[in-house]
Amino acid sequence: MKKRDVSTATDSKYRPARPFNREEFDRIRRILGGKVLFVQGDSAVSYGALLAGCRFFAGYPITPATETGEVLSQLLPRVGGVCIQMEDEIASVGAIIGASRAGTKAMTATSGPGFSLMQENIGYAAMTETPCVIVDVQRSGPSTGQPTEGAQGDIMQAKWGSHGDYELIALSPSTVQECLDLTIDAFNLSEKYSIPVILLTDGIIGHMREKVVLPEFDDVEIVWRKEPTRPKDEFQPFTDDGSQIPEVAIFGEGYHTYITGLTHSESGYPATDSQPDHHRLVKRLCDKIRNNRDKIIRVQRDYSDGGAGATGIVSYGVTSRSVNSAVKTLRQEGLKVDHLRIITNWPFPEKEVDELAGRVDRIIVPELNLGQVYHCVKEAAAGKAEIVPLWKTGGEMHVPRGIVELVKGRG
Amino acid sequence: MIIRFAGFGGQGIVVSSYIVGKSAVLDGKKAIQNQAYGSESRGGECRGDVIIADEEIYELEPTYYDVLIAMTQPAYEAFVPLLKPGGTLILDKDLVVTDKKLEPKRIKKYAISATDIAFKTFGRKIVANMIILGYMNTLLGAVSEGALEKAISESVPRGTEKMNLEAMREGIKLAGEGVK
Repeated sequence: MKKRDVSTATDSKYRPARPFNREEFDRIRRILGGKVLFVQGDSAVSYGALLAGCRFFAGYPITPATETGEVLSQLLPRVGGVCIQMEDEIASVGAIIGASRAGTKAMTATSGPGFSLMQENIGYAAMTETPCVIVDVQRSGPSTGQPTEGAQGDIMQAKWGSHGDYELIALSPSTVQECLDLTIDAFNLSEKYSIPVILLTDGIIGHMREKVVLPEFDDVEIVWRKEPTRPKDEFQPFTDDGSQIPEVAIFGEGYHTYITGLTHSESGYPATDSQPDHHRLVKRLCDKIRNNRDKIIRVQRDYSDGGAGATGIVSYGVTSRSVNSAVKTLRQEGLKVDHLRIITNWPFPEKEVDELAGRVDRIIVPELNLGQVYHCVKEAAAGKAEIVPLWKTGGEMHVPRGIVELVKGRG
Repeated sequence: MIIRFAGFGGQGIVVSSYIVGKSAVLDGKKAIQNQAYGSESRGGECRGDVIIADEEIYELEPTYYDVLIAMTQPAYEAFVPLLKPGGTLILDKDLVVTDKKLEPKRIKKYAISATDIAFKTFGRKIVANMIILGYMNTLLGAVSEGALEKAISESVPRGTEKMNLEAMREGIKLAGEGVK
């Protein structure tokens, strides 16, 4: 009988060159085709992952996220990577946690129902501070809902889906180009802060084709996790060197590394009955993101020259496209509008919303759900401005006209 | 320009919209393409939309269309009311019977026997969409002919490029001859 190939993700052949060099980057670009492509959002996510150095994908197919895994199943083997179809979504996150700990940048992709199933292991990734990227191509829920229709219903779940206190990062692209760009950012942030990062796309841009320009090596920064600096016999996997972000030792490289979802001390071993250990750990899990919020949070401001009577609009993801159109129309009609587009949904840009609330009388929050970011905006504005929700469900986008009418109908 | 291709799975509806979008991007324009289809790979109702513009496209799901290419009776009946007044309707003559009551005002109607010509000239009904593409593009000038050729060559199965391009040129010829 032929000897079985028992190679694992820890084998060096599955690890991309580190640091990621120009040659490797250009090789991926050539495999992806020309510089300018016309592709779906789901494919753009796959391309961004490969350019970011992702060499492991584990997932379970689900509309409208299937194409991301499909594309990677064709491309990963060509770049020395591994693509596995898992038995379900929780196992998919388990697999990417393992792959990441074995030294490979790893990703999974799913939609609402699968994202719900992933929550337990997303908490595990947060607790064990394992860098990984989870793509949620949002569709209408709850439950199986409308598989082929887009929505923005998972914003709160992205932050609060697992139990306990933890922070993670979630990004919302609004174009197919951003599906690629923000996937690279998602990997960079996950590596930098040693956390799971959620990319919140949706069924509309996931399945839409649009122009994508592949970045040049010099245009992008590719971040790699902090490797151990201390000798092997002194290394502890969760030592806080002052940055609050631990060094990540790769399994199999000789460092004594133990990870567990249980409350652990700096050694990584369980310390479940220690209040100080638990408090120190969980506080650090939150603080490493909260204290770096200015570096992490990205928004786009398209503001008028201010003054009385301006209306604010806060948008994110695909809905920003409709808002852009509405803002253009409203300005042509001489109305003052300040548009704050959220790119980083989590941590939430409270300061930026507070600043907007100080400029305007009221803020409209259009979303493809029955009110999620609305609540965050209300909390951040803290009574400085009236917050007006604009809800839509059922799989259709906001029509720019609806936003225009709401702004104009201020009486 | 907002174009909807509609028919049933297997007629190359989605790929036609993809080719037009890709051609527009090759021309340096903005384009988005979208599709909807049933779970069947052949036979279910399906449609492919493409929007071409010089500026950023913000409205991704338009309500009304400038151009409708209808390749089946149900597609015609469902979508012709969504044509803008003065819009362009292109039909496969042998597959669609028109009904004036459903149609918006002042639309320009073109009907060719694309599927029949595809079968008789190329022995393959499947290239009817290429005939339509050549025909439509000559009428509307949506994209450059060079970009259309390149997009077709890169989008059809390997080995069928020549036949598809010839079918596209047949469509250009029909439009040039004023067939309608």
